[in-house]
Amino acid sequence: MTGDSPEREVILEARNLRKEFGGLVAVEDVSGKIYAHTLHSIIGPNGAGKTTLFNLLSGTMPPTRGQIFFKGKDITHQPPYRMVHQGLGRSFQITNIFPNLTVLENIRLAAQAMGHDSFKLFQHASRFQRYEDRAREVIKVVGLQGLEPVLARNLAHGQKRKLELGIMFAGDPEILLLDEPTAGMSSEQVPELLEILQRIMARGDKTIVLVEHRMDMVMSISDFITVMHLGQILAEGTPQEIAANPLVQKAYLGALYGDLGAT
Amino acid sequence: MSEKAEKRVNGKMGAPLGWIRQHWGELAVVVGLILFPYIFGLLSGTSVSQGATKFWQGQLIVMFIMAVYAMSYDLLLGYTGILSFGHAAFFGGGAYAMALFLTHVAPKVTDSYRIMVGSINIADLLMLLAGFLLAVLVAVLLGLLFSAVSSRVKGAYFAMITLAMGQAIHILSKATDFVDWTGADEGLHGVPVPIWLNPTQFRLRFYFIALAFMLIMYLITRRIVNSPTGRVFVAIRENESRVRMIGYNPAVYRSIAFVTAAVIAGLAGGLYALWTMSATPSMTSSALTINALIMGILGGIGTLIGPMLGAVLREFLGHFFYQWFGARWPLVFGVLFILLVLFLPYGIVGTWRLRRLELRQGWQRFLRLFKPEKE
Ligand SMILES: Nc1ncnc2c1ncn2[C@@H]1O[C@H](COP(=O)(O)OP(=O)(O)OP(=O)(O)O)[C@@H](O)[C@H]1O
Ligand SMILES: [Mg+2]
Repeated sequence: MTGDSPEREVILEARNLRKEFGGLVAVEDVSGKIYAHTLHSIIGPNGAGKTTLFNLLSGTMPPTRGQIFFKGKDITHQPPYRMVHQGLGRSFQITNIFPNLTVLENIRLAAQAMGHDSFKLFQHASRFQRYEDRAREVIKVVGLQGLEPVLARNLAHGQKRKLELGIMFAGDPEILLLDEPTAGMSSEQVPELLEILQRIMARGDKTIVLVEHRMDMVMSISDFITVMHLGQILAEGTPQEIAANPLVQKAYLGALYGDLGAT
Repeated sequence: MSEKAEKRVNGKMGAPLGWIRQHWGELAVVVGLILFPYIFGLLSGTSVSQGATKFWQGQLIVMFIMAVYAMSYDLLLGYTGILSFGHAAFFGGGAYAMALFLTHVAPKVTDSYRIMVGSINIADLLMLLAGFLLAVLVAVLLGLLFSAVSSRVKGAYFAMITLAMGQAIHILSKATDFVDWTGADEGLHGVPVPIWLNPTQFRLRFYFIALAFMLIMYLITRRIVNSPTGRVFVAIRENESRVRMIGYNPAVYRSIAFVTAAVIAGLAGGLYALWTMSATPSMTSSALTINALIMGILGGIGTLIGPMLGAVLREFLGHFFYQWFGARWPLVFGVLFILLVLFLPYGIVGTWRLRRLELRQGWQRFLRLFKPEKE
């Protein structure tokens, strides 16, 4: 594996991770490490298995085989809600929000999940101001101010993508798995998102794993890049190494740029 | 923050008046229900404890209890998105707990202990409380059982498992093996309710107790749906997989919803056993479960008030339709119900809140019933 330096702290590790859907092998014995406080991108054409890999890492789907380690602990068969409490957050490629709840409530719920008040049946939720405060803070971070009382289903697409991120940010995860956060965004909306990600990285205590089709963005903000193809890892390294990798370059990068339109 | 702070200060200064102005609708209903026996008595020229006045107090008592029952079902269906077909088990479980306790256990205690305060034997009162406690206990166990057995299945399978468990409780209530205790098919009759609560002798007193019961249960349930836990219920209804990915275990919250709904239904069942002085297999029947569904849909699920209104409407219509159409009344009611679902798909309260009467869409849905589907 490229960029392997022993003194770096590994936050998330996959060992021979495999996922089969019937006869189809969506993720084929993938091993890899994510270093703490880095931005690690995963790229690859449609159907490469990126989302499936995220589903395995976040506990959404059980792997057919293999193991996952988070901060040195085996978390292979943990349900997603436990992952969240251990500091792993995840956003979805296909917007996955609470359509009939307000923007504020969408994020407030995620903030509430991290506290210890969710089993209080006989107190009014408005008594727990801290979750609402936290939600408003996050709303500012993702730039949805003024839309707090709007029902999520009435948001524009780009705003829904921001809400999707906000729901994850509210849990204040240590590691953020972002599945194509720019999916369906217009190119004018991308810089804003880029800035959000850079601001998170600037704090120095967060790790981001990013699945993304926009190569310019990936090349400019990533510390490491993993290229996936047909469920396997094709190449791994720094943006420079990936750009210079003849295998990736010749067989692959062209096709990736071609993919841009399709996304 | 200033706006909010201002509101808070204003709210405090004009506290009682402001509060009354905000809740005048609810208050009017409560005051109306308190005055109902007296006004009805005046208008019909009968005393409050006789004739038509007494009869209608009885009708309203049943409505109050059914309103609580329908509301408990709303906690499951309307708020958590759980479509269970065994709700009568909770109601009936509470009713049987109360009736069995008062018939077989309480007399042994009250015969030997008499603590009189005025004309009321405190031991009687304690036995009643114990009866309700037992109803709660039975409901908790049933709620846990239902959620445990059904937690691994979804959709139609879930509905079938809850139906099967509901039927199992129903069969248990009819089982001849326990005929000495439960009366099997016949049920338990002539349950020894304390004299001072006898629903025939002290109808007006029972009326106020049932009214207070409904109001308290409504306030408690409204608080539950607005609590941090209640917010998670709604989130599960909206998007269960996302709930899991923001850090909640939906199975736990579904169990809580089941248990709370069961307890509220069980308490309603306990009071119903006092009212009828009986517990019969009809109280655990699937017909009663379907009634919860009908009441909810009539009034509008996910609104609490809607299903309560639906229960009142269902009882009213049941009464008058029986008078007008005799034994065929369910047929007429069924037709009316279909029309209501077509024209008011969100129920009465749901449609009211949306401020949208979909008459034209309703008419089209109606016509579609008679037109063969074109491919
Ligand atoms: N739940 C599922 N059941 C069956 N097959 C699936 C499932 N999820 C994914 N697949 C298949 O697994 C393969 C990998 O899909 P995946 O969604 O992980 O790709 P991806 O890299 O995220 O692609 P994209 O760039 O289009 O998002 C595809 O062939 C897909 O059809
Ligand atoms: Mg994908």
